[in-house]
Amino acid sequence: MKLGRREFVKLTAAATAVTAFGGLGFDLAPTKAHAQLMSLRKGKETTSVCCYCSVGCGLIVTTDEKTGRAINIEGDPDHPISEGALCAKGAATFQLAENPQRITKPRYRAAGSDKWEEKSWDWMLNEIAKRVKKVRDASFTEKNAKGEIVNRTEGLASVGSAAMDNEECWIYQAFLRSLGLTYIEHQARI
Amino acid sequence: MTNHWIDFKNSDCILIMGSNAAENHPICWKWVTRAQEAGGTVIHVDPRYTRTSSKSDLYVPLRSGSDIGVLGGMIKYIVDNDLIQKEYVLHYTNASFIVSKDFSFSDGLFSGFDEAGRKYDKKSWDFEMDENGVPKRDMTLQDPRCVYQILKKHYDRYDIKKVSAISGSPEDKLLAFYKAYTATGKPDKSGTILYAMGWTQHTVGVQNIRAMSIIQLLLGNMGVAGGGVNALRGESNVQGSTDQALLFHIIPGYLATPRANWPTLEEYLKANTPVSKDPKSVNWWQNRPKYVASLLKSFYKEADLPTAYNWMPKLDAGQNASWLVLFDKMLKGQFKGFFAWGMNPAASGADSNKTREALSKLDWMVNVNIFDNETGSFWKGPGMDPKKIKTEVFFLPCCVSVEKEGSISNSGRWMQWRYAGPKPMGDTKPDGDIIYELALKIRELYKKDKGAFPDPILGLNVDDWGDGHVFDPHKVAKLINGYFLKDTTIKGADGKETVYKAGSQLPSFVMLQADGSTCSGNWIYAGSYTDKGNMAARRDKTQTPEQEKVGLFPNWTWSWPVNRRVIYNRAGVDLQGKPWAPNKPVLAWDAANKKWLIDVVDGGGDAGAKHPFIMQKHGMGAIYGPGLNDGPLPEYYEPLECPVTEHPFSKTLNNPTALIFADEAHKRTTCDPRFPFVCTTYRVTEHWQTGVLTRWLPWLTEAQPQMFCEMSEELAELKGIKNGEKVILENPRGQLWAIAIVTKRFKPFEVMGNPVHVVGIPWHYGWVWPKDGGDAANLLTPAVGDPNTGIPETKAFMVNVKKA
Repeated sequence: MKLGRREFVKLTAAATAVTAFGGLGFDLAPTKAHAQLMSLRKGKETTSVCCYCSVGCGLIVTTDEKTGRAINIEGDPDHPISEGALCAKGAATFQLAENPQRITKPRYRAAGSDKWEEKSWDWMLNEIAKRVKKVRDASFTEKNAKGEIVNRTEGLASVGSAAMDNEECWIYQAFLRSLGLTYIEHQARI
Repeated sequence: MTNHWIDFKNSDCILIMGSNAAENHPICWKWVTRAQEAGGTVIHVDPRYTRTSSKSDLYVPLRSGSDIGVLGGMIKYIVDNDLIQKEYVLHYTNASFIVSKDFSFSDGLFSGFDEAGRKYDKKSWDFEMDENGVPKRDMTLQDPRCVYQILKKHYDRYDIKKVSAISGSPEDKLLAFYKAYTATGKPDKSGTILYAMGWTQHTVGVQNIRAMSIIQLLLGNMGVAGGGVNALRGESNVQGSTDQALLFHIIPGYLATPRANWPTLEEYLKANTPVSKDPKSVNWWQNRPKYVASLLKSFYKEADLPTAYNWMPKLDAGQNASWLVLFDKMLKGQFKGFFAWGMNPAASGADSNKTREALSKLDWMVNVNIFDNETGSFWKGPGMDPKKIKTEVFFLPCCVSVEKEGSISNSGRWMQWRYAGPKPMGDTKPDGDIIYELALKIRELYKKDKGAFPDPILGLNVDDWGDGHVFDPHKVAKLINGYFLKDTTIKGADGKETVYKAGSQLPSFVMLQADGSTCSGNWIYAGSYTDKGNMAARRDKTQTPEQEKVGLFPNWTWSWPVNRRVIYNRAGVDLQGKPWAPNKPVLAWDAANKKWLIDVVDGGGDAGAKHPFIMQKHGMGAIYGPGLNDGPLPEYYEPLECPVTEHPFSKTLNNPTALIFADEAHKRTTCDPRFPFVCTTYRVTEHWQTGVLTRWLPWLTEAQPQMFCEMSEELAELKGIKNGEKVILENPRGQLWAIAIVTKRFKPFEVMGNPVHVVGIPWHYGWVWPKDGGDAANLLTPAVGDPNTGIPETKAFMVNVKKA
């Protein structure tokens, strides 16, 4: 069996743990077995950049080819800024991706309701589109009080988001401005 | 940042003020440490002793909000002891410029103040021009109306005794700080400043940074390795999202948002294109017409330029539509629909109770996020009765960063490409897909049913966003870079003509045209995705020995603008093009071959041919800055909520132009015995922002499980509070519980002879999760803001603390 560096470290750690805590009365065999199993999963590596602060540390993401889910996320040793290091948050990225508490279906809360209802993407986007059009059509202002041309939508506003990629930010602002929004803000203002 | 993360290692003195870099940007500390190992000094100035302080060579405590006093004191120290880098100050800054006869300053107010309007008429702050329309200068710096003399007079009041009395910083510590930092005024030495929200979140936020910029110019620290003014930004792509203009006042590439008083493109360009009569001033913004035209074509490819401009929404003249105003208008019922996209304003906005109430005035809200949060679920939050809240909420689950492809720009302006690893979990989608699909659906509705002014919606260039169904980040990255819309012949500097075919990518912004023949979604990103490929995806660590010495990595990803790694680098060399610091040059002029070496030069032309600060109209570093809303020089003002009724520098207590809401005076307190303690907010290493992307991660929540309040042993004794006990913080805006951390990290300050206690709380928590985690720090913060940016004053406000 050929061991990668990471798997080797894991096995070594497990073996050390057995030695160190061998007399403590609990069984570390399952840990060791799990560590051995890990090395048998086939993963594809991709590079990414940490999503938290703005240092821009490099990540290596290993994705299970069978399940399409992350097996491991760690620092990228080739990255010239971070040189493989990550802080507590960056090192926890795995739990951000592989988190059972993520919301994975669109959901809707009706006026006056005390609960969420799961809905399809199609239903959600259709309903939002209808509401955007309704508010825009009702609040669109061609001229302001002084009679100057403003071509803007007064009844809609947006905040967000520095959590998006550049390309997403760009189309988002173009989308909002094409609708006539002027109240466009995000994290940079707070 | 003017410089970049790795560049910290080149510094002789790193000042960290308004930031806790070691805890909040931990990996950057690698480069701070390397500077220290090379003999550099690290100084931390902060109200609280943090891990940054413990790693620094000198820690100087200061009361939160008194920074301009401390920095003004340093300016006085530099001037009194003649520590300026003389050649730099003379040739590269506006120190020699003559200011208008009408300019005056008296008792905390500059000339032109309109008390009723809480604003300045800036006319009297102008420079005096010669017969050619170039600013008059006095190269001896002796004229009483030259910037240097005005500066000297202005800060003459900031003597160390007064500074110490108001800031609570001990005199000996201030002196040690001034001495260590101003040693970087020697031409071959450099000092840098690392700041973050500890400087911006004040009603004098911009002037805090201005004060330091003045110091950096006086000491010749801009444009050099280990120098610059460096904002440590808080989000992985807040640099990029600002560049792409998700803000009311700009459109992509730092171009002004169209306004009603500029009804046509011609009038917009006239008002926004500066003219310089100085042949040595590059005056880069003279190119603005090219950038605006190319941006308009990226939005509306088929429309002619006047039409495309007409389609852009316009603010009223002078209108402020920034965050605090937005939520004030929301509370007053202006908005029916609202998008909270990748944001949690119910916890992140100042005065959370106001923000949460404002959300209840909406007809509907769209909330896009990875996890449940205080905004999407506001209707079932503390004190809310869901039955009475009519706001419909559409929660759209987006995928996490490692599940999608695209670029983000770090604080050092490096645009870094990320690849998709795992596929989006469950039914989650990349934000790009959600935006794209929604835009297409709205477009379909307008195609079918018409409606109000459909032209901009139907004319939007969505073809460059995807394949009709799925968002394509490569296509958009190419659009942001820009391309030729027709075959274009361009004459280079050497007179050689090059023909660019329609559809080919722009090699750089130099090729952008003002006539609508090029499109570019963001001129500062032109050059990032060319016909040679995706520059942001580069992973080549090749460097020349000179580049390696300063850690430039010019072939690793891509840096805006034009892959320049240190901006204003032209100020890093003398008029002959020789680096001020020959041991660590960022730029050098090769006279024999007539070319610039190491980094990409700012500007162009031969050594000494151009003034170095190319984005300034007159080409000079602005010691005197006549464009801001609260004065051409930073002046000391207390936070709007403060523990004193007067300060030693003038009778003007607070920033007279700060953004306030007149109907909220009852919610603010100063020297009120009921709320006697200064409170400040901050982060911990294990959490991030409002905690939406960290509170749900067990590894992190285990380390930092709940809301706490740090306080000094002296205050704890005064209030009978023990370490680990639950306490209540309160003020007229709200109430919050926290676990007391009684610590030596906070010490009472002696301010104007009286003790002042400062307490601190992290801002990462919210009622949704974890269940016993506490709620948002912003329940206590005031909705008041900086007059230039509108950023709220969440770093200094008044509270009471008591046992729960």
